[in-house]
Amino acid sequence: MDTDKTKIQSLIDNHQGLKKNLIAILLDIQENFNYLSPESLRVVAKALDMPLIDIFGVATFYRAFSLTPRGKHMCLVCMGTACHVRGGPKILEEIERKLDVAPGENTKDGQFTLETVACLGCCAIGPVVVVDGEYHGHATIRKIGPILAKYQKPEAS
Amino acid sequence: MKHYRAHLLVCAGTGCVSCGSFKIKEALEKEIKKRKLQDEVQVVATGCNGFCERGPIVLVQPDGIFYQLLTVEDVPLLVEEHLLKGRPVKKLMYVPPDEKQPVPKMKDIEFFKHQRLIVLRNRGRIDPEKIEEYIAFDGYEAMGKALAEMTPETIIAEISASGLRGRGGAGFPTGRKWAACAKEKRTPKYLICNGDEGDPGAFMDRSVLEADPHAVLEGMVIGAKAIGAVKGFIYIRHEYPLALKRVEIAIAQARDNGLLGEDILGAGFNFDLEIVEGAGAFVSGEETALIASVEGKIAMPRQRPPFPAQKGLWGLPTVINNVETWATVPNIIRRGADWFQGLGTESSKGTKIFSLVGKINNTGLVEVPMGITLRDVVFGIGGGIPKGREFKAVQIGGPSGGCLPAKLLDLPIDYESLTAAGAMMGSGGMIVMDDKTCMVDIAKYFLNFLQDESCGKCVSCREGTQRMWEIVRDITEGKGKESDLPLLEELAQVCKDASLCGLGQTAGNPILSTLQYFRHEFEAHILDKRCPAGVCTKLIRYVVLSEKCTGCLSCKKACPTEAITGSLKEVHSIIQTKCIKCGACQEACRFEAIESQRDEAIQVI
Repeated sequence: MDTDKTKIQSLIDNHQGLKKNLIAILLDIQENFNYLSPESLRVVAKALDMPLIDIFGVATFYRAFSLTPRGKHMCLVCMGTACHVRGGPKILEEIERKLDVAPGENTKDGQFTLETVACLGCCAIGPVVVVDGEYHGHATIRKIGPILAKYQKPEAS
Repeated sequence: MKHYRAHLLVCAGTGCVSCGSFKIKEALEKEIKKRKLQDEVQVVATGCNGFCERGPIVLVQPDGIFYQLLTVEDVPLLVEEHLLKGRPVKKLMYVPPDEKQPVPKMKDIEFFKHQRLIVLRNRGRIDPEKIEEYIAFDGYEAMGKALAEMTPETIIAEISASGLRGRGGAGFPTGRKWAACAKEKRTPKYLICNGDEGDPGAFMDRSVLEADPHAVLEGMVIGAKAIGAVKGFIYIRHEYPLALKRVEIAIAQARDNGLLGEDILGAGFNFDLEIVEGAGAFVSGEETALIASVEGKIAMPRQRPPFPAQKGLWGLPTVINNVETWATVPNIIRRGADWFQGLGTESSKGTKIFSLVGKINNTGLVEVPMGITLRDVVFGIGGGIPKGREFKAVQIGGPSGGCLPAKLLDLPIDYESLTAAGAMMGSGGMIVMDDKTCMVDIAKYFLNFLQDESCGKCVSCREGTQRMWEIVRDITEGKGKESDLPLLEELAQVCKDASLCGLGQTAGNPILSTLQYFRHEFEAHILDKRCPAGVCTKLIRYVVLSEKCTGCLSCKKACPTEAITGSLKEVHSIIQTKCIKCGACQEACRFEAIESQRDEAIQVI
């Protein structure tokens, strides 16, 4: 926990400990720790000399932040208009069925987090599914199984 | 400088990158080396070419030959035939829909032919990560002119005379905005570039930032001189990692070259830029919300006036313009207001970038002069609707815009005409829909988006969008009542009248425009419990058309619930009680033998 605190403090220092950089600080914590723990929000509140409620407000307002730990793999389904008219909702339903999870939730085994996004801006290749930053364009219901399987594979250790 | 006999311009916009364009680039470099051509041929990664549908794309210069839909396996053939033997490879070229002959040159392809590139002039031409290439194409010339030869007054006069209006949506005259801010006495003053492109279906800002980041930087330095700003912020969505990276590189290179920072070009002018990364909130695209977000707060809009030009970032005078607007500025300063005036219509000058997406053959980004008709864009540049289907509507302006029907295809695209028709320019997303798109479903889609993204400050928007969404959702589920339609219109009006910011004020547009032009579809859902487009799951069932079914088993294999029966070469059928309406069978069928029909089991009361 102490090492976490040191790490969080260094992330805050990277942004000169300025209040205006709150969003950037939280983005960094999110990236490093995969979520914003209550403890991390307290550290930020103290370092920036701000009420915890203000930090919490920002952390819950923006979509990029999560207050619960996310799964090992992030599965993002684009819900933009272009993806929508090309069958995006059907793709999302298929992923929900395959992973047995609703958007915003983690799978029971903690392997995946399913999220939707308003638009990724690559409408030409819609419907789009992004897993761990890797884009899978022209998604179809049939492609979902193989796409997910790629990440479900037990890692060779 | 080294001279190459050929350049291979590999598109490295997000669309092509997602399709593996960097793998193509690597393969090209490897193959070129293998053939010992590395001193003759150079491979360059460029920004978005625009014809995203056909990615990965490689343009061979100076021949102007356009290769598309490339795979790594195509690379040896391309290098051997085109670069070694001088024979362009026909089978990798673009073939227009319904035609057999390929079109070898980019300039002859319909998609490119009718465009007028000003903001996107460097797309697919330069490496956006190299400032030298931007400079080679007249980059930073306008900035030099503004800093050395012009005063703030003459810059503002030039921009005002050009007739440039904000490209972010509302179309406020840029010159007037700058003049209001320049007049303010309080300092320091700030500039913000609004790159929080939240409209689903619009990606021109991403593309400009990725393909030509220096154009935005240059525009901002010119704007800074005009209003006397010392510091600027470029706000970019966190969903655009590539744009963030390229702008970061551009800022560092501009600083290293004395084009940003202290004493720019030795003209005694100081101005610096900082990137602010968004964290995912549609409403932060609204200017007062954007200011709050740059300050590190919740992106909640506030009342205007005072406008940001008087009271903006940290309460100080601030000019906020959209990415495309900033990138237009250097062109106006370099080529003059008169030249810009000559493009477009009486009230809407210049060009506008549109993202042409949805049910359209040539998906991509197009820059066209204002005043062009919807028909020219959708059918001329866009190549019409895939599979010969019927055009139903085009949605313009994102969640604040509206759906325009076929009878308005000859409408000229300018700020006023679009608003009068019930849509709006917005940031320029154009989503084309065909007869398989349900307009009630589209209305539901936008209302769902808006109720989700409403910041919650104004009751009219927070509750209004929620209630409208619930009503439309019920209609799509066969629970609609006749009294729903007037109620929707009333709610939309209240939301418009009583909300503070653009999000709420225009939240009624998607519903009002669909009701105006596609009321019959709402009525079909409400009165007959029927979805004419066959989209609304609760109202349809999937059936096999016996005259089209070949008995190939594809659908049977695709079905996750074993709801399809039939053996090879026998007409299949669907057991309705087992069907979960996932649509997998319809997707799997190559003969269009599976149709979504009205579910007869639903009773009309």
